[in-house]
Amino acid sequence: MGVLLLLVGYFLGLYFFGSSIGGLIIALVVWGVMSLVAFFRGGNILLTLSRAKKISRDDHPRLYNVVEEMKIASGLEKMPDIYIIDDPALNAFATGRDPNRAAVAITSGLLQKLNRDQLQGVIGHEISHIKNRDVLLMAITAVLLGTIVILAWYATRILFFSSMAGGRRSSSSGGGSGQLIILAVGIVLIILAPIMAQFIYFAISRKREYLADASSALYTRYPEGLASALEKLAASTSQLKSANKATAPMYIINPFRKKGMRASNLTSTHPPISERIRILRSMAGGASFANYDQSYRQVHKADKGVIATSALTTVEPVPLRAATPEAGEGEPDQIQRARDTSAVLWQLSNYKTINCACGTKLRVPPKFKQSKIKCPHCGRINPI
Amino acid sequence: MTWYIIVGVVVVLIIVVLIATYNKLVRLRNQVKNAWAQIDVQLKRRHDLIPNLIETVKGYMKHERETLEAITKARNLAQQAASSGPGARAKAETELSSALGRFLAVVENYPDLKANQTFLALQEELTSTENKLSFSRQYYNDSVLSYNNRTQMFPSNIVASMTGFKASEFFEVSVAEEREAPKVSFT
Repeated sequence: MGVLLLLVGYFLGLYFFGSSIGGLIIALVVWGVMSLVAFFRGGNILLTLSRAKKISRDDHPRLYNVVEEMKIASGLEKMPDIYIIDDPALNAFATGRDPNRAAVAITSGLLQKLNRDQLQGVIGHEISHIKNRDVLLMAITAVLLGTIVILAWYATRILFFSSMAGGRRSSSSGGGSGQLIILAVGIVLIILAPIMAQFIYFAISRKREYLADASSALYTRYPEGLASALEKLAASTSQLKSANKATAPMYIINPFRKKGMRASNLTSTHPPISERIRILRSMAGGASFANYDQSYRQVHKADKGVIATSALTTVEPVPLRAATPEAGEGEPDQIQRARDTSAVLWQLSNYKTINCACGTKLRVPPKFKQSKIKCPHCGRINPI
Repeated sequence: MTWYIIVGVVVVLIIVVLIATYNKLVRLRNQVKNAWAQIDVQLKRRHDLIPNLIETVKGYMKHERETLEAITKARNLAQQAASSGPGARAKAETELSSALGRFLAVVENYPDLKANQTFLALQEELTSTENKLSFSRQYYNDSVLSYNNRTQMFPSNIVASMTGFKASEFFEVSVAEEREAPKVSFT
């Protein structure tokens, strides 16, 4: 992709300035500026855009504990910040340019839906995005893609208008048919570059998703947790309000997924969910990368795996763990989880909670100024 | 003249490789140490949770004096063993785990406890601490594996033996009971 950017710059320069160096410099400067912005502001932009709210241990002990468990399993040095997005859609993402400035965010909808094993799988997936530095990688590739698209867009614009004005500048400088061929190649490249860059970008993104799934299985030693969580995600139809195309690769599933999306595999940031589930479920032998790779090959009927061979060196078997007993012993059920989640959201938006003697919970908005409130259920007057 | 330069470059290259190997070994050894410290943290956390737990359930479980006393005793023994070797320590912690397991099996008979918010919070902490314990063990063993591979495989084993890096021990859990987190079942 970097090569593509340089080529675009090269031909731009050749075409408009008569020297390739000028184009290269412009390409690199634009790319550099955009990278710096993404590097220093990227994480905050994403969190701000999605209106995520930071939580502490006391706000939601279960979520905090699960994140800490995965932090320990992955060997991250610092506990990532945890954010909740008030959205019924089911999704989660990780952000932060390096593991020490990382954050994971999860929608309230997903927090309600998942039991502990499933939550662990999802958080394991996000933590491994942090651990593998995918956030930085995807930010760099996204910026590269953006630079190529912008440069190519301006190039085609200028080409179009200058040809309307009559005559190309470089034609006056003479030159043989060889130069014309180079120019033709350059024009074709400038038109095709954004499309090619996108394909490369999507391919990288999908590969990192597979890797994150494999890592999650390795950390939790329990691929079924992530598999069944993905199943729940696949079943939901609501779209995340705050997602946009640039941030899509950071989510656990593609936020723009349409039902039955299949053909558009090449232009998707995520592999099809059904396939990810199949791979996780066929990891029979163990939870190591090698098992995942083998399972991937089996599902794809391909010889080539998806994990880099350098990561497959460990030959030690990694045993799977058993499921935590069903009906989640000692675990809140669906209703209780929904209550916990909404309690956090009330609290995060500064509502006060008053427990009335009749068992009703009164949520008092921050703008409420009076010192007493009447319970609508039993009529008792409660002090605030 | 050129001959000297070639020899000099080769020597410098070898030194650079040696330094890199040595640093890698140090990093891995520190990772193993860190991972061990993490296990330690979780064991301590478990010890700290128990007095609270006993205090909370005492009122509800008047007829389970023995079970509760067994936990307290196992916990105190485990705390004393904290300063001794890993073997004695693992044994004491196993005792504690099984005592906790017995307690948690009995809790089912006390539905009142399930409504107690303090107890529910403790239960979440206990479950999570057990999980963290097994995850830190898992990470410790992974770290030991890659460290040991480095100290035993060629060519890094040469640097390792020259500078005194010894292979680390795995944290094996021999008893089946300890491997399974105590079943936290109150339903």
